[in-house]
Amino acid sequence: MEIVSPGIGLILWMTISFAILIFVLRRYAWKPILKSLHDREETIDEALNQANLAREEMKTLKAGNEKLLKEAQGERNVILREARKVKESIIEEARVKANEEANNIVENAKERIENEKMAAMTDLKNQIASISIEVAEKILERELSADNKQEVYIKNLIENANLN
Amino acid sequence: MNFPLFLKKSKAGFLLFIIIGMIIISGVATTSKVFAQHNESDPDRSEIIAEDVIEEEQNVGKIIIEHLVDSHEWHLWTYKGHHVSIPLPVLLIHNGEFHAFWSNKLAHGHQHNGFYLEEEGENKGKILRAVQRGMVDDEIIGEENSATLPLDLSITKNVLSIFMSCILLILIFTSIARAYRKREGQSPKGMQSLLEPIIIFVRDDIARSSIGEKKYERYMPFLLTIFFFIFLNNLMGLIPFFPGGANVTGNIAVTGVMAIFTFLITTFSGNRGYWQHIINAPGVPWWLKFPIPLMPIVEIVGIFTKPFVLMVRLFANITAGHTIILGFISLIFIFGNINSFLGLGIGIGFSIPFAVFMSLLELLVAFIQAYVFTLLSALYFGMAIEEHH
Repeated sequence: MEIVSPGIGLILWMTISFAILIFVLRRYAWKPILKSLHDREETIDEALNQANLAREEMKTLKAGNEKLLKEAQGERNVILREARKVKESIIEEARVKANEEANNIVENAKERIENEKMAAMTDLKNQIASISIEVAEKILERELSADNKQEVYIKNLIENANLN
Repeated sequence: MNFPLFLKKSKAGFLLFIIIGMIIISGVATTSKVFAQHNESDPDRSEIIAEDVIEEEQNVGKIIIEHLVDSHEWHLWTYKGHHVSIPLPVLLIHNGEFHAFWSNKLAHGHQHNGFYLEEEGENKGKILRAVQRGMVDDEIIGEENSATLPLDLSITKNVLSIFMSCILLILIFTSIARAYRKREGQSPKGMQSLLEPIIIFVRDDIARSSIGEKKYERYMPFLLTIFFFIFLNNLMGLIPFFPGGANVTGNIAVTGVMAIFTFLITTFSGNRGYWQHIINAPGVPWWLKFPIPLMPIVEIVGIFTKPFVLMVRLFANITAGHTIILGFISLIFIFGNINSFLGLGIGIGFSIPFAVFMSLLELLVAFIQAYVFTLLSALYFGMAIEEHH
């Protein structure tokens, strides 16, 4: 059977050329190709990893931002509350102070009025006294001309004075 | 687009140009040679050819075998009884003497320096040296019609085809390697992106999974080479005319050499565990090893049957596919011999559709057989270096 009997020449040439083919392709084709494939795969892996890392970082950053925002809001609320409290206390204080002042003023005024009144009364009393003395002098000058009239008059005076 | 620009732009175009150029040059060269021969040849040449033609039509099996086996010339076409072939160098060593001449010297039964191409019998297709009955040192040597077989190292059709595919593979893959270096870190382009998936397939699905992550890199050059060599030659074998057409992977010598490479690499990379499993397999009852070493014998035979099976599988698959296609085509001539219209009808209605179908199937087989050969080689390497605990 010709078809299953290998030819010596063909075996020889095939061995030589196949060995050379393996050698040449190994040196000039497979090594560079496999190396660049390997390198490229590594680059891609690295890029993907980095993208993942960046995404993670973004997530944590976002969470941090939210936390910060919440904190800031809380702080603002606290500040506002405090401010309101301070405002209220200031107003309260002012009101208390004003009340006090007003009371003081009223008190002072009352005191002064009393003093003025007292002074006026004294003055009035003094004047009345001097007027009454003058009147008495005049009456005395006139009445004392007649004795009985004088007596009646004195009696009247005394009675009036007592009523006063 | 002017032609030099086209050449510069596309490497595939350049290769195509070379191949077409080779066809034209060789065709012209041989035609002139054949005609030159015819001028000097004897007058009964046409009768011989006519007989050839009749015989060819009658003996389909013989034609199919002739198409499958190696040949000393590269037959291109036959036109009006003229065989147009590319002459190939014939290199012979006979009795320590080296002879070299072109194969067209042997065409049509011619003898050259006593060498002739046997056309019948046991040595059909081989080059023989006729031993003429004569007197040498007062002794009658040789009998009538006897012949000796010289050592034939000719560049035959298959050898030339192997050379061409080697050059093609080197051109393709060095250019790809250059593309990788030039476009480092970038996505593949052109030929690179066509072959990269296959290279990655061989690496990840054949080498890595069968040999293992640690040591697969050492075997990658061999596996890639053998895969692409088989794949390319399978495809070339499907092309019915010149640059293809040689039945390289359907030749038992070629598949045998590749199987021997696998065998040698397996044997030389076998570790202690591998040899221990062959000689003294653990977990096997002692009476299978002593006194008759049944298991060791089976294992040692197994070392040799593995590459043998590799050789036969590829050879048989490719040969079978080609035989079926040739059979379908031959049907046209068988029926055409009865009636030319019947031949035409069979050709259009049956042979061509089925040959096309078979060719498509062969395309699949071309890939599968390259895959299987590579995968099994990788599995054998994996077995040889497997770490046993």
